[in-house]
Amino acid sequence: MSEERLPAVSTPVPSLALGPEERRAQEPLRVESSSVRLVGTLAVAGALAGLAIVLVFQWAEPRIEAWRAEVLAAAVTEVLAGADRYETVFLAPTGSSIADADTTDLDRVYVGYDRVGDRVGVAMVGVGAGFQDVIRVIFGYHPGSGEVIGMQVLESKETPGLGDKIEKDSTFVIQFDRVLAPLEGLKAGRETGAPTEVTMITGATISSRAIIDIINARLEEVRERVDELWMSGGGT
Amino acid sequence: MSPRRVVSPEEVFFRGVWRENPVLIQLLGLCPALAVTNTVANSLAMGLATFFVLVGSSTLVATFKRFIPREVRISAYILVIATFVTIADLVLNAVVPEIHRALGAFIALIVVNCMILGRQEAFASKQPVGRAILDAAGTGLGFIVALLMMGGLREVLGYGSFLGVPLFGPSFEPWIVMILPAGGFFALGFILLLFGWWAERKKEPVRPRRWPHGVTTEVFVGEGGAD
Repeated sequence: MSEERLPAVSTPVPSLALGPEERRAQEPLRVESSSVRLVGTLAVAGALAGLAIVLVFQWAEPRIEAWRAEVLAAAVTEVLAGADRYETVFLAPTGSSIADADTTDLDRVYVGYDRVGDRVGVAMVGVGAGFQDVIRVIFGYHPGSGEVIGMQVLESKETPGLGDKIEKDSTFVIQFDRVLAPLEGLKAGRETGAPTEVTMITGATISSRAIIDIINARLEEVRERVDELWMSGGGT
Repeated sequence: MSPRRVVSPEEVFFRGVWRENPVLIQLLGLCPALAVTNTVANSLAMGLATFFVLVGSSTLVATFKRFIPREVRISAYILVIATFVTIADLVLNAVVPEIHRALGAFIALIVVNCMILGRQEAFASKQPVGRAILDAAGTGLGFIVALLMMGGLREVLGYGSFLGVPLFGPSFEPWIVMILPAGGFFALGFILLLFGWWAERKKEPVRPRRWPHGVTTEVFVGEGGAD
């Protein structure tokens, strides 16, 4: 390596060559605002925006809640075929009493009754990853027979025309009426006739499997407690 | 400094609708235009929500432009836009929950629609309130028009229906690709092609062909040398 050095790049300082008058003319004409004013403006605007949002939220919230409850009620009666009304039951976490827990943390299930007051099954909501986004599923379970008795997708963003068949393809959905848990997903053409079998949709294998996995996982979590509730005649 | 051309109020309104259409000409707001236009109803809801946000924020920005310091103007615009978007989100969720569900995250993403921020920076922050509202309404309407074109094309081909009403009967095989993301690109591409072709055509009217000196272009009947 030679000792050769690159000549230092001299930055031209034209403003020094100019008179004060010209130097001022070079600077952009701009009125600097004080930082207090900047922060103040944004703070006031933010506060007003917050107020507006709160007002709209107070108007909208009860309507949104009412709609959610309506959707849930329709879904519960759908997956518990023949249910006339239902009751929400909170399951105590295993090993603790119901009194210490906050209801928002508890697993909730919906016990359905038919017209004469007999229990027809227990509905519960399961959540899990689908092909695109989270899928929320509600399904009915009959602790007496250990069968899943109905399924409905509450929320999914699966591919239209392919993955969304998990909601729209009635031949797929109808399979969840009386199938022994835990479920087992099989590709079309490989069925063996076992009572735990669900045939997956061709072209939507991942979405179909997601539904089956969500149901199995949710059941595994609460099955013991739901069975216990059912044996003790709970909910009545 | 050339004197500024005076733009009439009608032009302020209509140029956004057609000649400077945000989606078809300026190619702004393409994300919602591609993502949620798989049905006419979704397109309409998205268009109306964006229209509301655009007109609302333009009105506010034009009204308070003197109080917004230059240095924080972008933050202030975003704050105003985000407020209107949140309001639109809540109202849609309360009034038409099914459509709100279908639009999903794209309602919240109106905040980052550069068409809206662009109108604030380029127009509303420099113009009187009335003109700002006209400009926003025109641009918003142009957005609705573009989205409806996309939604109409995609729903008719992809579902075989218009606004949920079946058009072709049960023998129609829907082009599923049109309601998938790829269909959005196809639809946009074809519509842009159509617009480009039309603009070209308007630009150069077909002139009668003129040949130099004395060359005539009469048709030779027996050109093939038949006789």
